[in-house]
Amino acid sequence: MSEASATRITPGNALRPEDIALAVQHGTARPSEDVGEYALRLGDDALILAQRLGHWISRAPELEEDVALGNIALDQLGHARSFLTYAGAAWGKTEDELAYFRREPEFRSSHLFEQPNGDFAVTIVRQFIVSYYQYELYRRLTASADATLAAIAAKAVKEVDYHRDHSAQWVLRLALGTEESRRRLLAGFRLLWPYVGELFEDDDLTARLGDAAVVPSALRADFDQLTGEVLTEAEIEIPQVPAALGGGRQGRHSEHLGFILAEMQVLAREHPGADW
Amino acid sequence: MEQQLQAVSGAAAQQSPEQQADAEAGQAYFDRAMAADSRIEPRDWMPDAYRRTLVRQISQHAHSEIIGMQPEANWITRAPSLKRKAILMAKVQDEAGHGLYLYSAAETLGTSRDEMMGQLVAGKARYSSIFNYPTVTWADMGAIGWMVDGAAICNQVPLCRASFGPYGRAMVRVCKEESFHQRQGFEILLELANGTPAQKQMAQDAVNRWYAPSLMMFGPPDDDSPNSKQSMAWNIKRFSNDELRSRFVGMMAEQVKVLGLSLPDAEIRFNEETKKWEHGALDWDEFKEVLAGRGPCNAQRMERRREAHEGGAWVREAATAYAAKMAAKNEVAA
Repeated sequence: MSEASATRITPGNALRPEDIALAVQHGTARPSEDVGEYALRLGDDALILAQRLGHWISRAPELEEDVALGNIALDQLGHARSFLTYAGAAWGKTEDELAYFRREPEFRSSHLFEQPNGDFAVTIVRQFIVSYYQYELYRRLTASADATLAAIAAKAVKEVDYHRDHSAQWVLRLALGTEESRRRLLAGFRLLWPYVGELFEDDDLTARLGDAAVVPSALRADFDQLTGEVLTEAEIEIPQVPAALGGGRQGRHSEHLGFILAEMQVLAREHPGADW
Repeated sequence: MEQQLQAVSGAAAQQSPEQQADAEAGQAYFDRAMAADSRIEPRDWMPDAYRRTLVRQISQHAHSEIIGMQPEANWITRAPSLKRKAILMAKVQDEAGHGLYLYSAAETLGTSRDEMMGQLVAGKARYSSIFNYPTVTWADMGAIGWMVDGAAICNQVPLCRASFGPYGRAMVRVCKEESFHQRQGFEILLELANGTPAQKQMAQDAVNRWYAPSLMMFGPPDDDSPNSKQSMAWNIKRFSNDELRSRFVGMMAEQVKVLGLSLPDAEIRFNEETKKWEHGALDWDEFKEVLAGRGPCNAQRMERRREAHEGGAWVREAATAYAAKMAAKNEVAA
């Protein structure tokens, strides 16, 4: 078979969750509880979003979007698995123990990631905010003093760059396409913009972690500038809506998370201790 | 392009003498290609019936991939480990990709994807009947991968040599991914079969439910399959339904031993005289019922596809309108 085959499987040098589990096992990757807590935040955001996006597969407006949203969901799930595997090492838990056997208040996802898919416009707005936030976050995290966080971020940032491109293109299409698409997109921005503030809130943990973590508030200026460029082209003004009180990082969640977990965890919890 | 193709293969009654001469030359070329077992490409002359048969078969195959996403997508949000969730998501995504290649292959015959999708949501097109059965447990993800994808591979590997080039080439890629899916399905069942008693029971129950429907995926018995003969003459179909079914039963009978499970058919045996695998009688009345729309999930599958298609119309309209605006803008700029 030729090297150029489009179906050739190329694992490349990509960091896999299994590699992290191995490093943890060999004692070469050992997170403190603070690093574990930080990794939980990033992992839970990605996991909950993957769970949301996974619901689109077989329901998208066009086959190309079944593939694209599926791809983004898979990338997010991959990041979640890496972060959770690493986080778990702080407490001797596996990615699956963290994903399937924690209760709502033990999750650290922020509210934006928990918001329902809504229509395609709402999903695109959520993805637009998330991708620009995650890109700035992971870009800086590649310089983390914690080598494992830096390695996960280095893989993730390349993928999230594509998510930015995908969501920005759709923001433009929907904003400038038809009256209906513009109306729906604007409704999506009004619905979700209140959850933007929580992403950039600092707290004691990020302060204590110093060079290992990224200070959330430091991302805001670049986020505003880069999303602002797309919104200007889309002829959209940032909605003037009050910020919602967050609390996800402390385990205070939206009404939605309970339902997400009920669905995600049901089978694993029916068979505690089983392998799959 | 569509008009051109129709003009080339148009009804003989309306043809000028020149066109008739072209058609005769085309038919001669086509006949030589069939005799030499070589390929027909989209711009080549082909008989109308060959074109219609291919559009029907390829679009049915594409529809099956698209509808087939639903029973598996049903478990994406509940997959019991993150690794299995990732594998399942990737698999269902592959199916969307297969649908895309196949619609593209059919488009080379002059029928647009929109038209084919329109036929599907209007209930005028068929898709593989097996997807009208429900996926009620996680083990169904294993049984679908191992048995349904396994049967699909038996059917599809010979299609890689189908006389119509774009179809054969699409199938090469589809088959590679399908064989990966089959191994994943087998692995799910193997893990369950070696798990707790409840997991093993779940696996056996799934194998029991999917066995007969997957055997029926090869289509009706040879003496009740009116289209097979022509498809074989056109080098689209290479082996008969019963021949492929027999090979599949042989594969399953061996592999099920590795799983430590059993097939729900006491009459499976290898016939030393015919050198073929045999199986018990299948309930073809049920097959016909499901085919006629009376399966457990026919209405649900169609409704979901309709919802996605019609509910997404505003998104496609927006994309089209935006593309037109950009094109107009670029024209002004140029």
